[in-house]
Amino acid sequence: MAKLENSLKNMVLSLTAITLIVGALLGYVASVTDAPIAKAKADKQAKAISAVVPVEGAVPGEAVSATAPNGTEALIFPVTKDGQLVGNAVQAITKNGFGGNVVVMVGFSTDGEILGYSVLDCSNETPGLGAKMPTWFQKGEKGDVIGKNPTTNNLTVSKDGGEVDAITAATISSRAFLDAVAQAWAVVSGSADAATSATQQVPAAEGDCCCTEACQTPEGQAECCKAEGKCCKETVTE
Amino acid sequence: MSKLGIIINGIIKENPTFVLLLGMCPTLGTTSSAINGMSMGLATMVVLICSNIVISCIKNLIPDKVHIPCYIVVIAGFVTVVQLLLKAYAPAVDETLGLFIPLIVVNCIVLGRAESFAAKNNPLDSACDGIGIGLGFTIALTLIGLCRELLGAGTVFGASVFPEQFGALTFILAPGAFITLGFLVAIFNKLTKKA
Amino acid sequence: MSYIIMIITAIFVNNIVLAQFLGICPFLGVSKKVDTAGWMGLAVLFVMLIATLVTYPIYYGVLVPFGLGFMQTIVYILVIAALVQMVEIILKKSMPSLYSALGVFLPLITTNCTILGVAINVINFEYNIGEAVVYAIATALGFTLAMVLFAGVREQIAITKVPKAMEGTPIALITAGLLAMAFMGFSGVDKGLSAAFGL
Repeated sequence: MAKLENSLKNMVLSLTAITLIVGALLGYVASVTDAPIAKAKADKQAKAISAVVPVEGAVPGEAVSATAPNGTEALIFPVTKDGQLVGNAVQAITKNGFGGNVVVMVGFSTDGEILGYSVLDCSNETPGLGAKMPTWFQKGEKGDVIGKNPTTNNLTVSKDGGEVDAITAATISSRAFLDAVAQAWAVVSGSADAATSATQQVPAAEGDCCCTEACQTPEGQAECCKAEGKCCKETVTE
Repeated sequence: MSKLGIIINGIIKENPTFVLLLGMCPTLGTTSSAINGMSMGLATMVVLICSNIVISCIKNLIPDKVHIPCYIVVIAGFVTVVQLLLKAYAPAVDETLGLFIPLIVVNCIVLGRAESFAAKNNPLDSACDGIGIGLGFTIALTLIGLCRELLGAGTVFGASVFPEQFGALTFILAPGAFITLGFLVAIFNKLTKKA
Repeated sequence: MSYIIMIITAIFVNNIVLAQFLGICPFLGVSKKVDTAGWMGLAVLFVMLIATLVTYPIYYGVLVPFGLGFMQTIVYILVIAALVQMVEIILKKSMPSLYSALGVFLPLITTNCTILGVAINVINFEYNIGEAVVYAIATALGFTLAMVLFAGVREQIAITKVPKAMEGTPIALITAGLLAMAFMGFSGVDKGLSAAFGL
């Protein structure tokens, strides 16, 4: 078969036809893979939650979104067993990673003890150094943070006077990890009353919000923040 | 040339990495371990085989002056298909390879083979060429990943060979990628021709 | 993030060639002479800036509203290819002197993964348009710096005796490895600066 000649009509036609066919094919593949992609993401999240709050038979609840002190969005998943709150899994982001953001999921028991953690994204950290994050701070490892409590333990690296051993040759990544834990804790402690019960008051740390009645609507929140010069960590919807 | 000959040609005589020195970005960027290198190689191979077959089929329907844009559209299409499939069924692989998956589009190997082989041969031969070059690329990437992983972390495909603290971390980091590839190309040169 | 930190990170700490492994083909291919390497860097700067400025609104203005995010790769590569062609034609007509310097590199740039990589990265990093432009410029400057430094070393290597099997690419790759090692010395500089100046 002879090649098509280089007329303008032929060129435009063939290029358009190919683009349309490829576009249609991609549209089809995208529609087919849409559900599995969403499922893969949800699976990963569910797996991370059950890994950080390792309680038999516990079920994660609906995510509550909150703003962490560093301005990023954190997600709180209250985990319940037989209707009883057993802990919170918090997905938090730190901007202080070696090469960018690090996303961490941390599980806290109701009294603030770290039950477990899981690193969702440390792809910007150095392979072999900062990227050891997912294992380094686990139970029994050198930088073990499991079972510690942000209210009673000083969760900073030993170089900064804290009690956590930093990853060898990766102090920045270690600081970033602990910052993510701190962000997660700030969020969950600031909103503990939302997650547990509406009546229980949690002592507000410095810079914490004034979650009074007025704060509980978006408008009220803005008002309150303006008045107090502080920000609400959590929008209470109930 | 027989079908087998075409495949072997792609693995040895025209090895994309060690001989043609094409597609260097993923070669260096994704080989921090053997398994990562292999995933990248296989992803590229799939795109290469598909685009070779399709381009070989439609080569006569495309006027000469617009053949490059047409090839690129076909290649970009397959790259996106691979990307979506990985996201859906192997999210971990998609995360490790990251940006390098969409960048298969600009991998000179794929366009290069379309231009130099698929545009002149029948679909079956083109498929074999895709398999050969793809395998050559995959083997090269796996080998580089293997060397870097072994020297840097003391593991092979994740299985520990010697304790990690004896590894020279440099090999997993950026400089090690360049140096490992440099020595492997030199060894390949020595073994094949310029001895 | 402060622009200054961003610029330093993109040029030194996270250099696109030596740390991120993008644009290796021109890095190895067009780095035999310092002045060619410099011109190539300039051409990349030019195209990268325009490509980012054009693809950014296309992504947020066309692809996202119509739910066509998956068409990103294909649209970007076509836009970049068309842009390079257009730049080539315009330069040829209006600035022949610049064209004679950059012209030979322009076709090469279409398949230069730094351009596509940066265009995709500014979306992945969720930069705003200002950050995107700064990032594109800084990245291109980092590319130029790596190219020029490497070309300088290669000019020396060209007149040195090298074992036969190591000649050409192998020794160039090992040199690049040493250069990458030198650039690793910048690790943490960005964090230190932001801590020191509270940026």
